[in-house]
Amino acid sequence: MKILKMIVVLTLIGLISGGVLAYVYQWAELKIAANQVRETDAAVFKVVPGTKSYKTIAKDDLTYFECFDDVDGKLGTAILCQGNGYQGVIKLIVGVNADFSKFTGMSVLEQLETPGLGAKISEAVFQAQFNNLAARPPIEYVKGISPSKPNEIQAITGATISSRSVVNIINKTIEEWLRVK
Amino acid sequence: MKKGLMFELLKGLWDESPTFRQLLGMCPTLAVTTSIINGFSMGVATLFVLLCSSVIVSLLRSAIPKEIRIAAYVVIIAAFVTVADLFLKANFADISKALGPFVPLIVVNCIILGRAEAFASKHGVIPSFVDALGMGLGFTLALTLIGSIRELLGSGMLGQPWVIMILPSGAFITLGLLIALMNVIKDKTKAKLAPACPLACPGCEQGGVN
Repeated sequence: MKILKMIVVLTLIGLISGGVLAYVYQWAELKIAANQVRETDAAVFKVVPGTKSYKTIAKDDLTYFECFDDVDGKLGTAILCQGNGYQGVIKLIVGVNADFSKFTGMSVLEQLETPGLGAKISEAVFQAQFNNLAARPPIEYVKGISPSKPNEIQAITGATISSRSVVNIINKTIEEWLRVK
Repeated sequence: MKKGLMFELLKGLWDESPTFRQLLGMCPTLAVTTSIINGFSMGVATLFVLLCSSVIVSLLRSAIPKEIRIAAYVVIIAAFVTVADLFLKANFADISKALGPFVPLIVVNCIILGRAEAFASKHGVIPSFVDALGMGLGFTLALTLIGSIRELLGSGMLGQPWVIMILPSGAFITLGLLIALMNVIKDKTKAKLAPACPLACPGCEQGGVN
């Protein structure tokens, strides 16, 4: 009899908990999906300025967004990039213009770099270097001096590894994108 | 001995503070307190789970056979943790991202299972609610305090930023110093309030204090 009571009580607790969770999940699911859309919107609009609408394309392991305005058609492409940083995975999004001559912007979405050093890749000063950066040849970085070539950015002082990671992640993803697009 | 509700509420804030005196729930305490808002939200999420699970455990305390009580508590706690996690993801996406896996990990926070086992399973609904409220508020205050110290010193709001305060080592340093401070205050006030107990029984804190 005792074991029966145990089974009944635990089953009831499980059933009721499950029911409550199903109810809460139904309510939360829509809002969570809306949050994700809003996040993607903000990122795409930021790295390809002037975007009015975009089309999401997923090919191989790559996700990118064809961006359009309502006047001249295609504005450019925003590409999601991901790779290893100094301490963990860096996720970022980079924008290129329609004829792939220059970058239109870069925004770091997630990173676990050292606060005060590598984490500066999330700051506007570093990210602004990618506005109007030449798309070809691949990006290079310089240390301690101002960039002299159109495809160069300046690495963050004391955080060369994080800066180099960002450059490598973008270059690698751009090659993949050129292959699959 | 029957103690008042006020005692059950206040003990969580000072005498039995889950963070500074019981040293429970260290994982979120050290991991998410890089800023005030992170510490505070983690505290509130834990407070919510603690309140709900203590009330339910207290209500069901005579219905749950003692052999399966831990399993039952864990299911109840896990349900409320998932509710809290979904709520944060839906309404406070940024905070949810900053806290990362530490919201789902409230399931294994010893404070919650500890209060269920040590208090709610032996007391009525109202004392259990008050006990959970006190412990939850004590935890929230502690995390907010650690978070504010680390954010103020680490982000450079008071001059040169001390980067170490935002790194994991800063959490250990802050926690250690706060516990030390609390012990100093406790010793000072105890010396003032209580004259030395003449009996000095082994294991009694009052013994030999003067």
